[in-house]
Amino acid sequence: MNDPLNVMTLFLFNIVLMNIPLLYGTVGEIVVEKAGSLDLGVEGTMAVGAIFGYLAGCMADSLIVGLLAAFLAAGLCGGLFALLTVSFQANQNVTGLTITTFGLGLYFFVGKGIGEDWPALASAPALAGGFAPVEIPLLSRIPVAGKALFSQNPLVYLGIVTAALVWWYLNCTKAGLRLRAVGEDPAAADSVGVDIVRYKYVHLIAGSGIMGLGGFYMALNMSGSFEGSNCWINGFGWIAIALVIFANWDPLLAILGAMVFGFFNTLQIYAGALAGAFPEPLGWLSSVPPQLYKALPFLITAIVLVASSVRKREGSGQPAALGLNYFREER
Amino acid sequence: MKKILALALAMAMGLSLAACGGGDKGGSPAAGPGSGSDGSSSAAPGGDGSGSDSSIKVGAIYITSQNDVAGYTYQHHNGITTAMEALGLDPADLIVVDNVPDTDDTAVANAIDTVVNQGADIVFGISFGYINAMADKAEDYPDVIFSHGTGYMANDTNFNNYFGRIYQARYLAGIAAGMESKRSKNNSIGYVAAYNLDYAETCSGINAFALGAQSVNPDAVVYVNVINTWGNETLERQAAMALFDVYQCCVISQHCDSAQPQQVAQEYGMKGCGYNSDMTEQAPNAHLTAAIWHWNVYYQTAIQAAMDCNGDASKFVENMGGNAYYAGLKEGFVDTSPLNENWDGYSDTKAIMDAVRELIVSGEWDVFSGVKLSYEITDGKVEIIKTDAPLMDDQGNEIVPAGGPSVDDSVIKGSMNYNVAGVIEG
Repeated sequence: MNDPLNVMTLFLFNIVLMNIPLLYGTVGEIVVEKAGSLDLGVEGTMAVGAIFGYLAGCMADSLIVGLLAAFLAAGLCGGLFALLTVSFQANQNVTGLTITTFGLGLYFFVGKGIGEDWPALASAPALAGGFAPVEIPLLSRIPVAGKALFSQNPLVYLGIVTAALVWWYLNCTKAGLRLRAVGEDPAAADSVGVDIVRYKYVHLIAGSGIMGLGGFYMALNMSGSFEGSNCWINGFGWIAIALVIFANWDPLLAILGAMVFGFFNTLQIYAGALAGAFPEPLGWLSSVPPQLYKALPFLITAIVLVASSVRKREGSGQPAALGLNYFREER
Repeated sequence: MKKILALALAMAMGLSLAACGGGDKGGSPAAGPGSGSDGSSSAAPGGDGSGSDSSIKVGAIYITSQNDVAGYTYQHHNGITTAMEALGLDPADLIVVDNVPDTDDTAVANAIDTVVNQGADIVFGISFGYINAMADKAEDYPDVIFSHGTGYMANDTNFNNYFGRIYQARYLAGIAAGMESKRSKNNSIGYVAAYNLDYAETCSGINAFALGAQSVNPDAVVYVNVINTWGNETLERQAAMALFDVYQCCVISQHCDSAQPQQVAQEYGMKGCGYNSDMTEQAPNAHLTAAIWHWNVYYQTAIQAAMDCNGDASKFVENMGGNAYYAGLKEGFVDTSPLNENWDGYSDTKAIMDAVRELIVSGEWDVFSGVKLSYEITDGKVEIIKTDAPLMDDQGNEIVPAGGPSVDDSVIKGSMNYNVAGVIEG
């Protein structure tokens, strides 16, 4: 029953399946932070994307519509953040926390308002089908890794592709270069003719939209069951903010980061099964206090923070003007 | 211009903050700003508060919001309002503080001050973590009655605790799970648990469920997957999936907030037993039955007892007949939701569950005793066969000798900290 290879395969499969939303959240936040804005509203933005994406997806019975709605709804949160911090120069930390409170409030408000009429995922077969695993020919037959990496649902692949595209955009395009300049030194970028306000708006909206896709993923992964006591997002938005630091503002490293955090997240559930399947090397897992699994990812983040501060600015991907509002007249 | 706009916005935010905190009439010095930033107080809707003919005001401290549509707080709020309605009390006499974190004694103390200063005569705290604050405040306010759910602390005058024999309902649900396991010739049963040995509440539930399943299928094994939080839909789903994937369970039960485990059972084409509320709606094909609470039974008893005090709070414990209320199937405090009629095992299981329910209600037998049950069905009539057999834990220690009485105390006082034989933590 406890075939060790099978347990290992399931363990790896679950790491990817359950933690891809972290990747969306992290990549979205990287885009936002590269524009020099620290948005602490990831949790709320994801919640808004989740609920509106799910509802629209159910109504239209289409994965694409759901994705678009999630992107737009979350993008509006980003737009609100941009309006307050870019146009009105509000404090970014406070505004971000406001977005989180607002987003979660809206999530519960809408969900509870719909009440009995809440659509079940089963009522939207095409949407549910769109989230079903797609096996990539040949590659999915590789033992262990094949199932974990190449027989996932389309949104897993979309997440990886998004991360790669954002990396390419940031590092290989003119617009990406300008964006990084905005994040590093908006005054300098302004002086060579980069439209700071437009760049901030566009990327805050786009980054928030990407976060919303992660929320939409979580909604589908929870079979869209709204229960009113807990939010689907469950703190993933906050972890994403820590992951940005862990990944050193690099979307490709974010893939690794999401999997490292996901590894501990899933290990908590699979510790007993792994200990049973590999009694010799992993038997000790069942005696590890579970609180450690929750703490370890953040311990690693703290170590990464210390390491990067020892290295000083060299190699750090943190935008120099992160969290600072740019006001042209005060130059 | 921008500065003026920013100023206006800041003022608007400040005003809305002030409006949020304005529910309290300023009567409580300790409940000023910073008293649990997310604990806003409000009277329950309905009535204008002027016609206070009833003699009692009820205070309630909730872990989430009174406006929830499901879950733990929802069940309690529903219980309190139902009880007040049955007693003919004005709904406006319920004073609630929502979203009080149970990890922060100061926030709980402030919430208690808030409801007491608004005139509450009896204060219900529904979460285990409120225990220390409630014990302290029961001393500070001897004229107010304190009643703490799921706790174990109390005094002899104005402070009691309450909980129920939910394990009795779990045993009945275990019978349904055991029948499914026997029918599908698969001895693996799964259980998604918030905690296991950390709380008597959780491990007694697991044990009772396992004993119920074993009474039908003696070879049944209950695999427990612990998520270490009362509610987290992601972890609940992962744990349920692991139970089906790794241990090939045929039926799954749960002690956690959401219906995710039942939904996973539905998706896997397997069966499940829910908890807290009838989860048939979330998993129509999978859900067999759920162990559920009728909190109004307690709240009605307690509020009645408080009214009978006639202003002398110190008589409360005496009126309740003890400082720990611990009712079960007999009093109707716990129950099982209706068994799924579309399930193939319906009729036999229903007959057995009814017979065992009757046996427990009669008081002749209880779950954690040295007497094991088994059943024989002839022509739809169930005969319960009692066999003396020791209650063993999973380490092979004898907990109750053959024929011995049920270990009531260890469940009530919270000292149960073992799993019975046949429970495996996965």
